[in-house]
Amino acid sequence: MSELRIMRGREWSRPVRPARREVLSAIPELEEGRPPLLFVPGFGHGAWAFAEHWLGHAASRGFPAYAVSLRGHGGSEPAPEATLRAYAHDVVQVAASLPRQAVLVGHGAGALVVAHALARYPARGAVLVAPVFGGWGLLGAALRRNPAGTLPAVFGGPLRLNRRQLFSSELPDEEARRYVGRLGRAGRRAQWALLGAPEAEPAVGAPPVLVLGSPDDRVVPASTLTRVARRYGSAPLLFPGMGHDLMVDVRWAEPIDAILDWLEKEPAAH
Amino acid sequence: MSTSTDHGRPDPEATSPAANSDGRPVSDRGDTVCVIGAGASGLTAIKNLREHGFGVDCYERETGVGGAWNWRHDRSPVYASTHLISSKPFTQFPDFPMPDSWPDYPHHGQVLSYFERYADHFDLRSHIWFGTEVIRVQPVEGDRWDVTTRSTGGYGPERTARYAAVVIANGHNWSPKLPRYEGLEQFRGEVMHASSYKDPAQLRGKRVLVVGAGNTGCDIAVEAAQQASRCWHSTRRGYWYAPKYVLGRPADQVNDTLLALRVPLRVRQWLYHWTLRLTVGDLTRFGLPKPDHRVYETHPIANSQLVYYVGHGGIGPVPDVARFHPYAVELADGREIDPEVVVFATGYLPRFEFLDASVFGDSAGAGRPTLWLNAFTPGHPTLAVAGLLQPDSGLFTLSHWQTVLFARLLRARRDRPERAAAFASRVRERAGERYSGPVKESSRHWFEVGHADYLRAVQRALTELEGK
Repeated sequence: MSELRIMRGREWSRPVRPARREVLSAIPELEEGRPPLLFVPGFGHGAWAFAEHWLGHAASRGFPAYAVSLRGHGGSEPAPEATLRAYAHDVVQVAASLPRQAVLVGHGAGALVVAHALARYPARGAVLVAPVFGGWGLLGAALRRNPAGTLPAVFGGPLRLNRRQLFSSELPDEEARRYVGRLGRAGRRAQWALLGAPEAEPAVGAPPVLVLGSPDDRVVPASTLTRVARRYGSAPLLFPGMGHDLMVDVRWAEPIDAILDWLEKEPAAH
Repeated sequence: MSTSTDHGRPDPEATSPAANSDGRPVSDRGDTVCVIGAGASGLTAIKNLREHGFGVDCYERETGVGGAWNWRHDRSPVYASTHLISSKPFTQFPDFPMPDSWPDYPHHGQVLSYFERYADHFDLRSHIWFGTEVIRVQPVEGDRWDVTTRSTGGYGPERTARYAAVVIANGHNWSPKLPRYEGLEQFRGEVMHASSYKDPAQLRGKRVLVVGAGNTGCDIAVEAAQQASRCWHSTRRGYWYAPKYVLGRPADQVNDTLLALRVPLRVRQWLYHWTLRLTVGDLTRFGLPKPDHRVYETHPIANSQLVYYVGHGGIGPVPDVARFHPYAVELADGREIDPEVVVFATGYLPRFEFLDASVFGDSAGAGRPTLWLNAFTPGHPTLAVAGLLQPDSGLFTLSHWQTVLFARLLRARRDRPERAAAFASRVRERAGERYSGPVKESSRHWFEVGHADYLRAVQRALTELEGK
């Protein structure tokens, strides 16, 4: 990983322009002193993806849970020219607005956004769910599985993921169609960043990082999970049989329970 | 790492009953670090030391956080209208941004709420002993420190605790610097230092003389222009009054576009002069003296309104004060004016009354220690000063990186002693280094640093400490 960077001339002279953000939340009835969780959806997804099941479930186990829609997604302000830096800015802004030091949970390309946000906010911990860190291998896999939906994105068009990429076959048709219908698109520049983004700067505050995903994910190959986890000095936690969108798949409860169990055990996350 | 006691008041009956040179009992706090002051620099010191695994005891003489920015504090220099003069990106802690919804230049009340949220977010208050002042800090063997405290105001018993390291973050804008003038004692009008100026109502309907062209002096002159019946503004020399906005953007952000490109100082000065000519124009036309120096050679003044009010007759620019008469003030050019109120916005001097000045290499006791990176003391590797800087931008970012560097130095002392020793020898070699272009010699510029030069130096120090 690159070195801690103190000089941030570009961020000082060209700060990210503010954008209105949608934040959904589920707060436990009793304050139990648990750290707040901030869920960051991947490209195309909005905070709604976590509001389906995970927010409520985390709150029922005593964790205040929040989900942000990156600019241009869900109920946040449209932002066709958004960059990866703008997305990371959105995450850091919401994290810093929470009453206590937060745990960042990023899904898909949201995990890459979280990796960048960790360099600008000392999170209490971080969870990377089916992380999309970009690269040509990822593009190759997507082109093979869904050429018609992927090819336009290479030229700045929208990336259209299909249900076979996102969900396991267990998910009922109707639900799958509903979720795919809600998908939006990320900014063109942010999409391109997946092909050649500068590596994230090291995380500040040395937070513990958990990586999890599914070996049957059709977007993120298992080898990527292993590589990302190794970067943070651990091994990935695997949930076989699930699709890329673990938070809305039929067995959504297993990964979120694993995350919450990890947070309860991880001493540095208290 | 484990610390012997993360919480709990230093207890005189602690495990190892040591005694200091005076024979008084000392409670040993193990690896814990002592932070003096819970203002901007103290808070970030606590947070960064905690983040690097150290236990922290912070002593704060007031009952709240925020130091100078908390207007309830009796040492606070802020006045009702104080706003930041550096824009948000330069002002906030680099890992805890100010909200997007705030303006470019937040009000001091927002700055205080920012510190309160910072303290709550990172759970810092449980490490702070409020209402407790530090009265003595003494080095003891093994590079450790005996810190003696008591309740603010001198009540209650003194307690002494022994710490592994000390961060001094007591601020440097609370002890007024008052120049001497002939006849000032005989002057019958009201005389105040800017530190006791709180509200424009103090000036309403009066004839006011404001002395000093720092950012505070200019702010007060602008308020006097709106409230007082007459306002004179006395300055030692001509200054460059930079607008807060250039090209529709905060001026410091435009300036840093050039800094990021490493445009040389001379070129930046030329560009700046040129920009000022286009935006502010020729100041001598307004009766203001011509600056006797180039920009960046004195602490920058960011004030868009001063020149405006001079042009509207609200402010009368006058030269230095020569002497005071009972009912008049004589100026350097021989003129006499008759103010009812004189406000001295003549700045502050740092004071470290709890520490023997020789520890700092400041044997004259003038309040100007000889340090490296304005933070590290030759011969005392476990002592750091945080925030003793007068940057050309926001201070909090700089304090943050100072304390990160100190935390990593303490960690290196434990894990890589040879690196820490090399650091200590660099402190000895380089103490007294400056991090700005040439500046006018004045106590106002003792701690003047250019934020880019300074942070590059901190970055180098960090690389040398931890690099391959």
